[in-house]
Amino acid sequence: MSESTVQIALVLPDLLGTYGDFGNAVVLEKRMTWRGIKAEIVPINYGQPVPDSCDIYVVGGGEDTAQTLAVKHLREHPGLQRAVTKNAVVLGVCAGIQIFGESFTRADNVTHPGMGLIDSTSHAGGSRAIGEVVAEPADGLFAGPLTGFENHQGRTVLGPAARPLAHVKVGTGNDGSVEGAVQGRIVCTYLHGPVLPRNPALADMLIEWATGTKVAPIDLPAVTAMRAERVRAAS
Amino acid sequence: MNDSPARLPLRTAAAVKLGNLSSTLSQKMGLGAGGMIGGRVALKLDPQALGHLTQGRRVAVVTGTNGKTTSTMMLARAVGALGEVATNHSGANMPDGHVTALSKQPDAPYAVLECDEAYFPAVSGASNPAVAVVLNLSRDQLDRVGEVRTIERSLRDAISKLRNCTIIANCDDVMVTSAAWNAAKVVWVATGTGWHHDSASCPRCGSPISWQGEHWHCTGCDLARPHPNWITTDEAMITPEHQKLELRLTLPGKFNQANAVMAAAAAYAMGVPADEAVRRLRGVSNVSGRYRTIQRNGRSARLLLSKNPAGWSETLTVVKEAHHPAVLVINAQEADGRDLSWLWDVPFERLQGRTVIASGERATDLAVRLTYAEVQHTIVPDPLKAIDQLPQGAVEVIANYTAFRDLNARAAADE
Repeated sequence: MSESTVQIALVLPDLLGTYGDFGNAVVLEKRMTWRGIKAEIVPINYGQPVPDSCDIYVVGGGEDTAQTLAVKHLREHPGLQRAVTKNAVVLGVCAGIQIFGESFTRADNVTHPGMGLIDSTSHAGGSRAIGEVVAEPADGLFAGPLTGFENHQGRTVLGPAARPLAHVKVGTGNDGSVEGAVQGRIVCTYLHGPVLPRNPALADMLIEWATGTKVAPIDLPAVTAMRAERVRAAS
Repeated sequence: MNDSPARLPLRTAAAVKLGNLSSTLSQKMGLGAGGMIGGRVALKLDPQALGHLTQGRRVAVVTGTNGKTTSTMMLARAVGALGEVATNHSGANMPDGHVTALSKQPDAPYAVLECDEAYFPAVSGASNPAVAVVLNLSRDQLDRVGEVRTIERSLRDAISKLRNCTIIANCDDVMVTSAAWNAAKVVWVATGTGWHHDSASCPRCGSPISWQGEHWHCTGCDLARPHPNWITTDEAMITPEHQKLELRLTLPGKFNQANAVMAAAAAYAMGVPADEAVRRLRGVSNVSGRYRTIQRNGRSARLLLSKNPAGWSETLTVVKEAHHPAVLVINAQEADGRDLSWLWDVPFERLQGRTVIASGERATDLAVRLTYAEVQHTIVPDPLKAIDQLPQGAVEVIANYTAFRDLNARAAADE
């Protein structure tokens, strides 16, 4: 594998690929390739060791049993954790925010240890949060609004080391007020859609972090139109 | 076994009468097709109507994520060899639809009921089925129906309560096999189809599932692909008596061969000889408008319905064979599921190099997906206008649930 190819690890797509989150890896790959940056997707399936040499790690959402199995696998093969210490960029979606935290407690009141990458704890909320979300990115991290579709039971509380990704205008997110988490180069969000096709500025922020270079915007009229439609539909 | 349905209790009889009246009124006033309203009225008046209406009949219930309507129609055709069959043809697959269908044919000794997965426990519990068909289980409308494993568990519980029922189960589908694993009586069908993306881990113990060709087993518990009683081969099937029967279906695609073999196995369990079952179901050609071809200004457009990643993946395989332009129609209403994330689980990359139009209420979401799949396309939200913009000749139209329903109704009105 060439040194200059950006490797996007698609982490356990067979367990954490319930909501089309594969799309996040596709968007990262295409947005780099279209700009002449060499990039490739490296799927890491259940049962395979997790390499620590990738530049970006994308983790999707999954059902409860699959999520438990994924944490077990990622703890037994701690390549992702090693990559984080080497400054890799990580995107964790939905289950991602729960398993990256210190712990998550399910509806059956059983608390599972997380991977401890994010200063957060998650627990089951009273009702399932389902629907369109619109949020304003925190600290001007990237151009807003952040849009997506949420479908989760979990609620997440951030500790002092983690910052929110955005402030919720429509929808629930972590707790009805903030959405997602940022800690170092790890970004977590509850949003599907998938989140990166919906939010090209967030995708480009991750690409800039991984490559260390500024990238010029790409004009995709369909994306602009879709974002406008979704924000209209949510409000 | 009774030859005719039992007499209805007075309350049910009155409920059925009023229900039928509402169906007729609904049709006459142009409010709807009358497929559900009658049943809704009858169920309000008699909540036990489904149990009473199925008493004394031989009932088959058909469920699963994809192929329900087609398989139900095939099975009803096949069981027609034995006598009159009451069936809910139009995809009205919840209890109100069942009550409507049964009320309209009170004397039919057989009933073949298409059943929404989420309603299977209630419907199988009330109707004492002789046969239950479980086709396949995959991700579909996650925001409405819920996750696959939740559905599998509720089917498993419901099936374990059915004592006098033969389960016809697809053993190439891990989720279906798990649901039917502890059934009192089960017939396994190798359909050769299955969506494996939801079954990397065992629905029972969570351990990885290991595959060797068509065989699979759980690495943590005893769940494994059972030895099939019926086998689907290329364009044919092999019966439990090792007889090979050619399918020669009118409907296209591997998944319809799977539907046909499941229906044949179910008909056989109801008492229809296998060769007669196949002869009868072969004739099914148009399933509530699906697969039919409409003519418009020199274009002949084949209408295909696909509702979820597994369905789209199969349909894209069918349309790949011919290199016709395609109109893809996507809505995201309540009945479709509001979350379109699943578009990213569909291998649209297969359409590269083809003339494609993105259409439907959510045409822009589809256009974004096609953009990243590097499929050239234009956006025309109205599907009929989209067809008109293509060169004259053959066109493939693939639409999801409400998009298909609306398009089909408009096309029918034009004819």
